[in-house]
Amino acid sequence: MADDQFYREFILDHYRNPRNFGRLEGPDISHEEYNPLCGDLVGMDFRIEDGMIADVRFHGRGCAISQASASLMTERLKGMRLEDARKISKDDVLNELGIEISPARLKCALLSLKVLKVGAYGLANVDEEEFE
Amino acid sequence: MSTSRSSQAPPALDVEAVRKDFPIFETGVAYLDSANTAQRPRQVVQAMVEYFTTYNANILRAAYGLSETATARFEAAREKVRAFLNAGSTREIVFTRGTTESINLVAYAWGRQHVRTGDLLVCTVMEHHSNLVPWQILAGERGARLEFVDIDDHGRLRQDQFQRLLEQGPRLVAFNQVSNTLGTVNPYREMTAAAKAAGATVLIDGAQGAPHLGFDVREVGCDFYAFSGHKMCGPTGIGVLWGRRELLESMPPFLSGGEMIKAVFLDHTDYADLPHKFEAGTQAIAEAIGLGAAIDYLEGIGLDAIRAHEAEITEYAYEALSEIEGLRIFGPPPGPDRLGVLSFDLEGVHPHDVATILDRHGVCVRSGHNCTMPLLQRLDVPATTRASSYLYTTRDEIDRLVAALHDVKRIFTR
Repeated sequence: MADDQFYREFILDHYRNPRNFGRLEGPDISHEEYNPLCGDLVGMDFRIEDGMIADVRFHGRGCAISQASASLMTERLKGMRLEDARKISKDDVLNELGIEISPARLKCALLSLKVLKVGAYGLANVDEEEFE
Repeated sequence: MSTSRSSQAPPALDVEAVRKDFPIFETGVAYLDSANTAQRPRQVVQAMVEYFTTYNANILRAAYGLSETATARFEAAREKVRAFLNAGSTREIVFTRGTTESINLVAYAWGRQHVRTGDLLVCTVMEHHSNLVPWQILAGERGARLEFVDIDDHGRLRQDQFQRLLEQGPRLVAFNQVSNTLGTVNPYREMTAAAKAAGATVLIDGAQGAPHLGFDVREVGCDFYAFSGHKMCGPTGIGVLWGRRELLESMPPFLSGGEMIKAVFLDHTDYADLPHKFEAGTQAIAEAIGLGAAIDYLEGIGLDAIRAHEAEITEYAYEALSEIEGLRIFGPPPGPDRLGVLSFDLEGVHPHDVATILDRHGVCVRSGHNCTMPLLQRLDVPATTRASSYLYTTRDEIDRLVAALHDVKRIFTR
């Protein structure tokens, strides 16, 4: 049925067994964002070597969508050049989740993208509409 | 605590007849989010449409018949509010945009006049942000101290702690009549009497209380009472601040400009008499008239009958939810000090995921922090799922909620 489509097995798997979950010691970049609508929290720690994301960990608490999205994001980011990570778009994130996200839940799905963009490049340098 | 003034059982409420007054139920949704905003009956919608289509004009400032009719109906709505609260005068009834604005009016106009460095303000951990943030800002500005009464394990205010705070002679005591997350009905009569005896000014947030219990300002004896229209079958954008006349008289204006003046000169202004001194700008005329119609509607059914119906639904829902494994309900068990606001946690599933799946079953509930983040921090949960009922809620809607929750569990444990 529809809900099984929405809460697909791999999303629930990432929610129950989040990848790269935890903190890094002495990260080069560390940033947290709240979803003010619901209080969901996602934070990410990065270790950068020669402009490349050598390691990344996320922490947080929230719904299956925000946490699975963050877990998927860390898998994508590991080993990526920081300048390439900057090009990750809202559509990239939604395509990876592969489900129809209602407007009310869009902020959950895009919270980890906001953490990446604001943390790595600063709020002044990113387009906030990307997370809404 | 009961609002029944007689020992006789109230007349039973015919819920199916009530539901016919609410066109929204033709859509088939199970609406369990009335603590967020209630549904509106045709009678309220019609009263507003009648204003828009037959006597639409601004109030208080034109010499033609339409405006006179609009003014008369607007003021008639104020009289309905006065009677609903058993206030001594319509001069004590200030229309606002809602509870939030009512409380801000007091925090700014009364607070900046009366609160001084070192004063104590007493609030509670179960407050909605609207009865907390204004006091935080005021305390910060004035160098006052803000203390919070904690809750016990059943979600009731700790009266022992409240008494100890009263011994320190607070300037203000502000608390809700009913918690919007826990459903707790606070002992507001006793708390008001104790706070007044300690010399405090008392403000009660009635946003969740007025729609279900009503309120008698003269019987309770507080100084300010605030509530919103949209949680009691009225429109959004209209609310009420009731204040003791002598307090309102002595307070400076909150918002200023048109409508709140007697005469304006380049170097000074004479303010209008109460209540218009606090009603700057063009008022929400249709909304005030709609609120008056909502009061007529609720009183036509009878608050005692509504309360009895809700008590039955609450008990039914509490029992049904309690049977779900891994589900934990916050707040007191069913009884005279608990209304039909059931916030709960379903083990292993975030409330947003619960609400998303419930929505796909046509069941509307609130998920999130319910504008009570400090209370959720106290309960040590990031969010809750909240199902709330009103006069039109049926057992069938509760059954649909329970069935949908079983589907949530199936999806998350497969």
